[in-house]
Amino acid sequence: MKIPEQITRLGMLLAGVLAAVLLLRFVILPADMFSAAPHQAAKAVREMAKPVHYAGMPACRECHADIYDTKSAGGHRYMGCENCHGAAAAHASDPATGNPPLPSEREFCYACHAFDPSRPNGFPQIEPTEHRAGKKCIRCHDPHDPVPPSAPSDCSGCHGVIAKTKATSSHATVECAACHEVPEQHFTSPRAALPTKPAGRESCGQCHGSDATDSGAPRVDLASHGDSYQCWQCHYPHAPEMTR
Amino acid sequence: MNKRDFLKQSILFIPAAGLMQTLARVAAGEDMATAAATSGDYDASQHWYGMGIDVDKCIGCNRCVEACKTENNVPQEPFFFRTWIERYSIHADGEVTVECVSTQPPRGEETPQVDPDVVRSFFVPKLCNQCANPPCVQVCPVGATFQTKDGVVLVDEKRCIGCRYCIQACPYGARYLNPETKTADKCTFCYHRVTEGLQPACVEVCPTQARIFGDFKSEASRLVRFERVNEISVLKPDMNTAPKVRYAKLDGEVR
Amino acid sequence: MNIDTNQALFEQLAHQLGQVAGFIYPNEVEIQWAILIVVYPYITGIVAGAFILASLVKVFNVVEVQPIYRLALLTALAFMLIAGMPLNLHLGHPERSYEIFLTPQPTSAMAMFGFVYLWYLMAVLLLEVWFEYRAQFILMAQQTRGFMGKLYRVLSLFSNDVSPQALAFDKKASKLITIIGIPSAFLLHGYVGFIFGSIKANPWWSSVLMPIVFLMSAIVSGIAMVIIVYTIISLVRNEKVDMRCLDKVGLFLLVAIIVDFALEALDYIHRMYQAEESIEILGELISNKLFTSLVILQVLVGMFVPLAILAFARIRHLNDDLRKLMYFVSALLLQVGIFGMRWNVVIGGQLYSKSYRGLMAYKMELTGIESLGMALVLLALPFIILAVLVRLLPTQPMAGQPPAAH
Repeated sequence: MKIPEQITRLGMLLAGVLAAVLLLRFVILPADMFSAAPHQAAKAVREMAKPVHYAGMPACRECHADIYDTKSAGGHRYMGCENCHGAAAAHASDPATGNPPLPSEREFCYACHAFDPSRPNGFPQIEPTEHRAGKKCIRCHDPHDPVPPSAPSDCSGCHGVIAKTKATSSHATVECAACHEVPEQHFTSPRAALPTKPAGRESCGQCHGSDATDSGAPRVDLASHGDSYQCWQCHYPHAPEMTR
Repeated sequence: MNKRDFLKQSILFIPAAGLMQTLARVAAGEDMATAAATSGDYDASQHWYGMGIDVDKCIGCNRCVEACKTENNVPQEPFFFRTWIERYSIHADGEVTVECVSTQPPRGEETPQVDPDVVRSFFVPKLCNQCANPPCVQVCPVGATFQTKDGVVLVDEKRCIGCRYCIQACPYGARYLNPETKTADKCTFCYHRVTEGLQPACVEVCPTQARIFGDFKSEASRLVRFERVNEISVLKPDMNTAPKVRYAKLDGEVR
Repeated sequence: MNIDTNQALFEQLAHQLGQVAGFIYPNEVEIQWAILIVVYPYITGIVAGAFILASLVKVFNVVEVQPIYRLALLTALAFMLIAGMPLNLHLGHPERSYEIFLTPQPTSAMAMFGFVYLWYLMAVLLLEVWFEYRAQFILMAQQTRGFMGKLYRVLSLFSNDVSPQALAFDKKASKLITIIGIPSAFLLHGYVGFIFGSIKANPWWSSVLMPIVFLMSAIVSGIAMVIIVYTIISLVRNEKVDMRCLDKVGLFLLVAIIVDFALEALDYIHRMYQAEESIEILGELISNKLFTSLVILQVLVGMFVPLAILAFARIRHLNDDLRKLMYFVSALLLQVGIFGMRWNVVIGGQLYSKSYRGLMAYKMELTGIESLGMALVLLALPFIILAVLVRLLPTQPMAGQPPAAH
């Protein structure tokens, strides 16, 4: 069969286009352009070469070993220097460029130590309006070794959520120490010596047992009430009327 | 936008112009020459980086977010984050409320009330999960986003065409379009720091060690210890992305 | 330049942030795929649909549809020429778009776009149009002088062969191309659905039915668009509409709507019955953000009403003018419905947080690149191209050319 004229011409046109594409792909344009890998390798190198802004604690330690030693023994031992003093790579590579900031305002410490109910239990927090209002934190606390000048007078400094919850409950007037024995060491090294927790039902029974001598507290028969469960498994001691 | 800008942008549309630019760059041997010269003695195949996050230790101070923006020149506007902190509140009736504390101004003297209905509340730091099976890399049409041999997902801002498919494909909302470069952007695990033996900026400034950075391939690694002593979860495990950001004490409500 | 445009962007984002309900990830305030990405699947859908309508004539010998065969082809071509533009315009770096041809990543659905597009435009549409019009080019080259005459000569590749054998070959070639073209059209639009359907991170998109739903809605919008174009052109030219043809096309349209509706309904029923983790937020998405665009525009106005009209036109014996009007109105409503469907998929999928805990907002800009104005321009362009095309390329075979089966 004879190939019609239009097909030969179309074929020539298409062959021309194809040849141009192939020429571009394999001859004119460099092979590098058709592979992502070399670009990716180059990018990784570019990324590695980006400037560092935070020098890192080891760099600070080289000149400020004394402060580092103080800090590494205290409550802020896990903190990098640049948490408070800001990005200091420029200062670390050339101290003549100026000194990092020394934040001294109260508000600066709020970022971590103002009360917030979402913070983990036991993390030291203050109520800014109540705790030495208006005074700078650093007047009493050395930021490199932030031991309180005196043992906290109450527990709310670290257990704010519990304190606030208890304050609005019927246990508001019950002292923490009524249920927890707190070793003296707990005030200075909280995790080294933990307070006790009531072990059995008798502790609650002192007020809530049928033979209790205390005044208005609701009474139950410890022998029959609540099966083999401990009291706190159903009643939240810091807010006992929360029944859900 | 005025007419001139519009025209200027319209001209950019001719991809040929871009092709010419690239040709000139390739001809000058710019990219490849630097690759050979500066990679130094760092061997990426010897590492496999990851991060451990202990949810119980996060105090929501937001220092990591600020440090990240400083270290990586992330735009300060509250729409672009490489890392951020979420506050979760679990209510007695099972309702869960979440807010992003990183988009809010710092609180002053005022402290939040204790809601008696909230039975538990905590902070969760979030960042790119540096997935071992990254869906963002899978969808990138031009190979501009890729995984390095040490497991970090990077974006080549010179090749990204700004199609934003990767942003759509990320289950974690970890990517944004950088308004300056008009390319996709995200956490790099502070690649420029960790390859020099430094900590990522967020880890460096974290006051409570809620974030741990480490190397799964290292024998003495904080990260490996973190995996050993904690029950580990990852975000959205059903996505099968195999995240290398590993969470301890993560609540099931966290998505 | 960046500072100016970014200021506008930040204002838009601040506005959208103010409209957020519940919790969203902070990077989710920006709606990454906006109105232009709504326009894109809408346009490609019309391409695929119009081509499939045309292929009914060539492959399945549906003679009634012959009068609009050429018009359907030209409609597909006019929309195809614009299909890539909204995609290119929305890129952060349109000048780099060529990279998609240089280093296409085999794992990326989007990387295949350039190739599918080129294949469809070059190997299918242009070739089919060329074989259909080749004999006519030769005739017109002989009859016209000046520039147009030369143009027709170039288009006919300087060939003069109108022998019966050559014409028979044209017919065969065009049939072969159509046979290749049907799966290509399916690929073109099914692939657009796959771009969305394959995103596991987004449950509103992630569905195996997405490619086939996109395809069926494409057929609906393409057929409806050809009806609109045919009716308007007949009106402008003061020609009589071929009612036998229109009735047949109306029947195909009716069937396509029913299949499309069944698929979409299946998708929704399946989602509701499975009630996965995301079901609550998707419910809120529909009732709070998409009620007008989905329930009213897409389903009621854009599907049920035209379905009822088309069914009514078939059941009752109505006069030609009334039926013509009914077809035209339902075709217009279907455009609203299908555009709504594209909106609901593209924008809807970005109005809820991947944390499943909140809803975002989208404030459409009126001017600029990513804006309503640009979308309208892009939607108008195919019609302008089509107006030029129907002048260059007659929609009916000329005298002197052997008439096709009619």
